[in-house]
Amino acid sequence: MHPLGLYLTSFSYQEIEKKLRMAKSTSSDAQMLIRSLRTAYAATPTNLKIIDLYVVYAIVTAVIQVVYMGVVGSFPFNSFLSGVLSCVGTAVLAVCLRIQVNKENKEFKDLPPERAYADFILCNLVLHLVIMNFLG
Amino acid sequence: MARNLRLLGFLALICASLSISGAAVIRPINDAHRSAALELFVPTNGSFGSLEEAYEALRTFQIFGVEKSTEISHATCPVVAEKLGSSSFISKDLFLALRVNSILGCQIDARTFEDVASKLQAVIKNASSLVDFHYGVEGLLHIKDQGISVALSDADGTFHSIKALSQSDGRWRYDSNSAESSTYAAGIALETLAGVVSLADKDVDQSKIGIVKHDIIKLFDSIKSYDDGTLYFDEKHVDASEYKGPLATSASVIRGVTAFAKVASGRLNIPSDKMLGLAKFFLSIGIPGCTKDLFNQIESLSHLEDNRVSIPLILSLPSTVLSLTTRDQLKVEVTTVLGSAAPPLTVSLVQAFRSDSKDTPVLENQELQFDSENTIHYLDIIPLKLDAGKYKLMFEISLHDPENLNTYATAGRTSVMAFITGSINIGKAEIGIFDSDSGKSEALQKLDLSRDSALSLAANHLQKLHLSFQLTTPLGHHFKPHQVLLKLRHETNVEHIFVMESSARQFKIVLDFLSLVEKFYYLSGKYEIELTVGDAAMENSFLRALGHIELDLPKPPEKAARPPPLPVDPYSRFGPKQEIAHIFREPERRPPKELSLTFLALTLLPFVGFLIGLMRLGVNLKSFPSSVVPASFSILFHAGIAAVLLLYVLFWLKLDLFTTLKVLGFLGVFLVFVGHRTLSHHASATAKLKSS
Repeated sequence: MHPLGLYLTSFSYQEIEKKLRMAKSTSSDAQMLIRSLRTAYAATPTNLKIIDLYVVYAIVTAVIQVVYMGVVGSFPFNSFLSGVLSCVGTAVLAVCLRIQVNKENKEFKDLPPERAYADFILCNLVLHLVIMNFLG
Repeated sequence: MARNLRLLGFLALICASLSISGAAVIRPINDAHRSAALELFVPTNGSFGSLEEAYEALRTFQIFGVEKSTEISHATCPVVAEKLGSSSFISKDLFLALRVNSILGCQIDARTFEDVASKLQAVIKNASSLVDFHYGVEGLLHIKDQGISVALSDADGTFHSIKALSQSDGRWRYDSNSAESSTYAAGIALETLAGVVSLADKDVDQSKIGIVKHDIIKLFDSIKSYDDGTLYFDEKHVDASEYKGPLATSASVIRGVTAFAKVASGRLNIPSDKMLGLAKFFLSIGIPGCTKDLFNQIESLSHLEDNRVSIPLILSLPSTVLSLTTRDQLKVEVTTVLGSAAPPLTVSLVQAFRSDSKDTPVLENQELQFDSENTIHYLDIIPLKLDAGKYKLMFEISLHDPENLNTYATAGRTSVMAFITGSINIGKAEIGIFDSDSGKSEALQKLDLSRDSALSLAANHLQKLHLSFQLTTPLGHHFKPHQVLLKLRHETNVEHIFVMESSARQFKIVLDFLSLVEKFYYLSGKYEIELTVGDAAMENSFLRALGHIELDLPKPPEKAARPPPLPVDPYSRFGPKQEIAHIFREPERRPPKELSLTFLALTLLPFVGFLIGLMRLGVNLKSFPSSVVPASFSILFHAGIAAVLLLYVLFWLKLDLFTTLKVLGFLGVFLVFVGHRTLSHHASATAKLKSS
């Protein structure tokens, strides 16, 4: 399932609709939407928040690298790819870890989180080996 | 008998005088040939390679009177002795060994010679081919010369067998099977027949000898000639496998004919001019460069030197250039082909023609005086009032003793080209510039052409340059040299050459610049003037620089011809070539260092943000195991991950993939083990917490 979709299962749709019905104008609708998102997000467990933070960190790093490439040109293209893909790859692996660790996710109920964590570590190490080789 | 001989001689003289030989520059054999022989026939450690080469060398040295060196004898005699002593029946080896021995005189005892003689006699008896007969007969002759008595038992039969191989045109076949006849073989056959006659114990049938004489006459009918009066023998077909070339073929025929003439009684009716033509052929090849040719030349000439048919006498001039200034005398030498003295004779200059008037002779019937000390015939040319120039001189030899007419072959008339050189006077030299409308010679100035001048003239394109002078010979006649050239050379090295014509006893040139403007490529400027006068008969030919002339020519129109490109120095192609500028791929534009470092810092910022976010989230190490063993495993686990990351950094910096994979293998195994322990401990701890 799409990670973002699973993200949203952490808080109820109904609350949003209630609040939306109560909204009078579109701008206040948006503000109320953001406020409700924030409160809902505050309810997520800490370990998931750590993973989310890690994902955000990886994506921001990737964006900075793309901006740099946009400024100076893509001369060592392999280096650029390697850098960007390492960030994106580790973000993807972190999202997979989040899915597997999330207690509200019925699909991975039987999977112990340590196992997921070990998979995350292993996959990251393999990813970074390949990245280092491609870095040049 | 004497009257018949005199009549014959007179007829021969008439025949000889009717044939005027061409102008061949020939000289008898002299020291140059001798030194060439010494240079060419060089033995290596005393030996010459093969017996054939040894014979050629030794015979040539014998003719030149070169002393035999003991080194050659020491090296060659053992070979000769070995060949003669061996029990082989190869007639060629025996023949070659005997031939060399006849010159070297090696110490061979009589028994060996007798053995060889009997072998050769067996060879002759069973011989069927010409070369077998040749080796056998000639070998026996050489043994006879050593003092051993040998005789051909069946001389008539041998003679007949050899004669049977002859053809109707005077040539011989090599054996009865071969279809082609060869002139070279004819020479061998005649030599062998002569050997047979001299080895015969009783006289050979005279009619047979007469038939052979006829064959020789027919052979001489097939003689070939070059334009300069030389005669030679050659094969009918030059592509035969046994083709040896005119030199070797003529040498073979002369060897055979002179040998046969020695043994045959009576005369061989070969016209003397043919013998003279053959002698001239051998002398006209100069000094050959290879040993075989030199040997053939010298040996044939030695046969011609004292043969019984007719001995050629060669008329030659030691110097064909006579100077009026040093009052040279015209000198003429008459010798045999090897340079020995001729019988008493008189040389007369029958006619002398100037090269420019070939019909009227300038001199007739001058007898040359004889200087017996230097054996040279000479004539003073100063009293003859001969002018400088090129002459064709016709000489005639008249022998004092009419008996010698049968023995010696003299050409009817020998013609020789000679130069009489003298100092030419140059007078009345004038040069000047004048305008084209006024043809007066006011501006002419006198010129001294005996040395360089440094005139400085100036002209424009409407004017003319005038140059004239007179040339007179020592006797005061107008002289027309071969080259009279005026050269104008521009500063840029563009040259123009004009030939001066002779008219009314002077040389004159008028350069009309108006008509020459295009030829000069419209190049104005300074032109150097040079005058060249030269001829072979002129002792003071000169190249004079006369000075320079400033020419003012109009501007060239658009379509005018450009001056020709100057000749490139031919050695410039060996100089350095134009440098090639290689175009390399431009290195990529790298960003400035500061920008890269800024972005490096920017990339590390999110990590800082991550750490700050973690702190804000309240990250703690509460569930870190407290007891020693699990704690140590946890530490090892984290250390292992750190080690792998460090390995990756080293991999990027300097390691290669294989080393990395090797180390990663070990670290991975370690990490798996440690991680399993740590995580299973953590999992059990969490489960315990949940259940409790």
